[in-house]
Amino acid sequence: MSRPPVDYIERTRSQYQSLGYPPYQWVENKLAPPFVPLSKPLHESRVGLIASGGIYRVGQMAFHFKDDVSYREIDTDAPMSELRISHFAYDTADARRDPNVVFPLQTLRELAHVSRIRELASKAYTFMGGIYSARKVRSLLAPALADRMVRDEVDVVVLVPV
Amino acid sequence: MTSALSITRSVNPPRAAFVDFPLGHTAGKAGDKPLQRKIMIDTLSALDSIQVPGDIRHLSYQWSDDDSWKDRVMRPAKTTATTTESTAASKQNPDDRLERTTEPQYQSPADQRAAMSAGCPGCVFLESPPA
Repeated sequence: MSRPPVDYIERTRSQYQSLGYPPYQWVENKLAPPFVPLSKPLHESRVGLIASGGIYRVGQMAFHFKDDVSYREIDTDAPMSELRISHFAYDTADARRDPNVVFPLQTLRELAHVSRIRELASKAYTFMGGIYSARKVRSLLAPALADRMVRDEVDVVVLVPV
Repeated sequence: MTSALSITRSVNPPRAAFVDFPLGHTAGKAGDKPLQRKIMIDTLSALDSIQVPGDIRHLSYQWSDDDSWKDRVMRPAKTTATTTESTAASKQNPDDRLERTTEPQYQSPADQRAAMSAGCPGCVFLESPPA
């Protein structure tokens, strides 16, 4: 039987309370979000991929667990077997077995192959989303990734948080 | 894409597709390519068809028949016994996240050696990297 979605904000609130931590300040955006209609059909679109599940490629430095605001460029033709995961706040067992569950690279490659999308951009971008400083994300990481999307001339971006 | 509906509502992105799976499976189940593909096709369809800013499309996939995983999220296993020993166990840290440290956390020691020799191609540090 289907049950209502987990309220992570409420559970974090009670977890922090039981640990004696001050309440976590979630990002709250009350204004209508910026909304840009698609400029072309998906089968004519170049698609960007950004994922926050702590994915890196062998040869790259892994993420650290304390407000790491660095990111990794990963070639979108990289073999899935060279992808690795480091993250402190979710069970990474399935993602390590099959990175597509948090980084759907092979999934998107196959959809490009059958022309559901025109193509993937040549790079995907990854970071480790357990960053407790919303200020650092807003002032450093998000603008840097947005800039990469503009430079990569993508038409749409698939964002995959964990 | 999202598996955390309450957080996505709060962050309020232009569009979202919600998959009601445990965290760590935003794009599907491990090893289930047909499901991963369906979820992505539905996500792209939401991207294409959402007209109202902030709309969240609920995809109709269910993780398991009884959804019992939802009881355990951020509530690490509690012992059911009532002895003094178990009282001590129940006082263990209820936080199941790993320790926060600025040391890179490699999946394996081999990855660490590979990173040492490769010089971290494609790594972009927006602050000073850890020493």
